[in-house]
Amino acid sequence: MILEADQVSISFGGVRAVDGVSLAIAPGQVFSIIGPNGSGKTTLFNLVSGIYLPNDGSIRLAGETVTGLAPEQLARRGLSRTFQNLQIFSRMSVLENVMVGRQRHERTGILADLLHWPSVKRQNAATREAARAALVRVGLADAADRPAGSLAYGALKRLEIARALASEPTVLLLDEPAAGCNAVETQELDRVIRSIVKQGITVVLVEHDMRLVMNISDRVHVLASGKTLSEGTPQQVRSDAAVVEAYLGVHGSQEAGRAFY
Amino acid sequence: MPAITVGIFIIVLPAFFPSAYYYRIGALVFIFALAVVGLNLLMGFAGQVSLGHAGFLGIGAYAVAIGPVHLGAPPWLSLFAGAIISGTVAFVVGRPILRLKGHYLAVATLGFGLLIAIVLTNEANWTGGPDGMNVPALTLFGWRVHGSAAWYWIAAVTFLGGFLLALNLMDSPTGRALQAIHDSEIAARVLGIDVARKKLAVFVISAIYASVAGSYLALFNGLITPDVAGFLRSIELVAMVVLGGMGSIVGSLVGAAVLVVLPQALTIFQEYEQALLGLIVMIFMIFLRRGMVPSVAAVFAGWHK
Repeated sequence: MILEADQVSISFGGVRAVDGVSLAIAPGQVFSIIGPNGSGKTTLFNLVSGIYLPNDGSIRLAGETVTGLAPEQLARRGLSRTFQNLQIFSRMSVLENVMVGRQRHERTGILADLLHWPSVKRQNAATREAARAALVRVGLADAADRPAGSLAYGALKRLEIARALASEPTVLLLDEPAAGCNAVETQELDRVIRSIVKQGITVVLVEHDMRLVMNISDRVHVLASGKTLSEGTPQQVRSDAAVVEAYLGVHGSQEAGRAFY
Repeated sequence: MPAITVGIFIIVLPAFFPSAYYYRIGALVFIFALAVVGLNLLMGFAGQVSLGHAGFLGIGAYAVAIGPVHLGAPPWLSLFAGAIISGTVAFVVGRPILRLKGHYLAVATLGFGLLIAIVLTNEANWTGGPDGMNVPALTLFGWRVHGSAAWYWIAAVTFLGGFLLALNLMDSPTGRALQAIHDSEIAARVLGIDVARKKLAVFVISAIYASVAGSYLALFNGLITPDVAGFLRSIELVAMVVLGGMGSIVGSLVGAAVLVVLPQALTIFQEYEQALLGLIVMIFMIFLRRGMVPSVAAVFAGWHK
C-alpha cells in the first residue's frame, strides 16, 4: 500500500468531523472519496496531507508512519495535492507558478541565490523546462507567460494540477478538481487524470461529479457524517443500498428503487 | 538589463547637478533606497510587513558611532559588525514574530522598533541619550571620506550592488518561494517550502540592508540621534516601499527618491510644506494605486497591445 490511514479521527469543537476512518490505497490506483456535503472528505484530505493533525489514528506513506509530519515534509516524501478553493500564486506568471512546484528538487542556498552563481542559472533553466513540460501535459502551454490571476476558472484548476505534477509526486491528492468546471473542462480533466495514472502516479480524488468518479476510479470510498459508509469498486458502491440512501434519503432511495423497474 | 540602466543613471545624473547640495540629496536618496530595497524584499515579495525596520537602521547607525568612539574600532569594521548584529537580532526576534500574520505582525514589529529606539535613548552612557552623538568620519585605505560628492558615489555604488543582489534573489528558488508565500502559505507548504525558514531568511537579509543604510546615514551626517530608529522613520520606509511599488525593485529607488526630494522641493511653500507633501502622496496613491513603477509599467504594457 502506498498510502494508508488507520482509524483516523479529528474533532472540531465536539463535532467529530472524521471518525475512525481507515483507507488503504494501492500504488497506481485512482482512489476516489465521495460523500454528501459535510461528510468529511476535505477534512480527511487535510489530515492525510498534514494540514491537520489527527486526534487519533495514524497515517502511513509508502509503509512509513508519517502522522504529525508537516505538509512540507510530506511534500518532500512525494505527496502532493491541489485545493478545492484554489490556492494560486496570483502575482506570479503561469509558468512561475509551476516552477514553484519544482522546489523540492531544487538545491538552494541563500548566498548562491543572492550572487546568482552559474549553478543557480543552470538550475533555473532546468526548472523552467520541467515547468513547461508540466504545462504541456495539462494543455496550458500557450498561457505560460500570462499572469496566473488572468486565467479562467477551469484553467486555474489545471494549473494547480500542473504545479503539483511538477513536483513529481508519487501520490497526488486532487480535491474536487471538476467543481465549477463545464462539461468540456471536465472531459479535459478526465484525460489529464488518465495520463497522470498512466505515468504510475497514485491519484486520490475527492469529487462530486459522479460521472467522472465512476468512469475513472479503481476504488471508491464513501463517507457519511465523518464515518466510512462503504468501499469497493464503482459498481459495488453504486449498487450499495446504504450509499443510495445516504445520497437520496430513505424515501428517495425507494423512489430510485422503483425507477429501476 | 535594469541594473545597467540604473548604473548609467547614476553616472549621468551628476551632470545635471547645479550645485554640491544636489550631491547631498542624491546620496540621501541612494542611502534610503538601499534600506527600501531590503524592506521591499520582505514586504513586496514575501508579503510580511515590518513597522519597525528603522530599528535596524538605528543599530547600523549607532554601530559606526559606538564602535570608533567607545571601542576604538575602525568605522568600516564597525559597519560590518553592525550588519552582523542586525542580522543576528533579526534572526532571534524573527523566529517568534514571523509566526504572526497581518496586523499582529505589524504591531509586533512596531513594538520591536520602539524597543530599539528606547534603548538608544536611555543608554546615554553609550549613545549620548536623546541628544545623540558625533560619528567619526569613515577612512578607507588612509582616505578620509568627506563631502557630499564622495558620499554620492559610495552610496550609489552600494545601492547598485544591493539592487543587483535583490534582482538575483528574485530570479532564484528562494525568490520564487518568497513570492509563493506571499500569495498562499498553504500552497507553498504542500510544495515542500519551509515557510518559517524562508520568512526568517528574508527578514535577516532585509535587516542587513537597513543596517548598512543606517551606518551610511550616520557616517554621512557625522551626527546621529535616536530619531534614526524612531517610529516615523519606520513609517517613512514603508511609505517609500508602497509609493514606489510593492514587489518592484526599481520602484524602491523611485519611492525613496520621491520622499527624499519632495520635502526639499516643497520647502519654498514654507508652513504648507508638510500638508502639501501629504496631499501629493495621497494623490499618487489614489491614481497609481499599485505604486508608481508597477502602475506606470501597466499603462505602457497596455499601449503595446
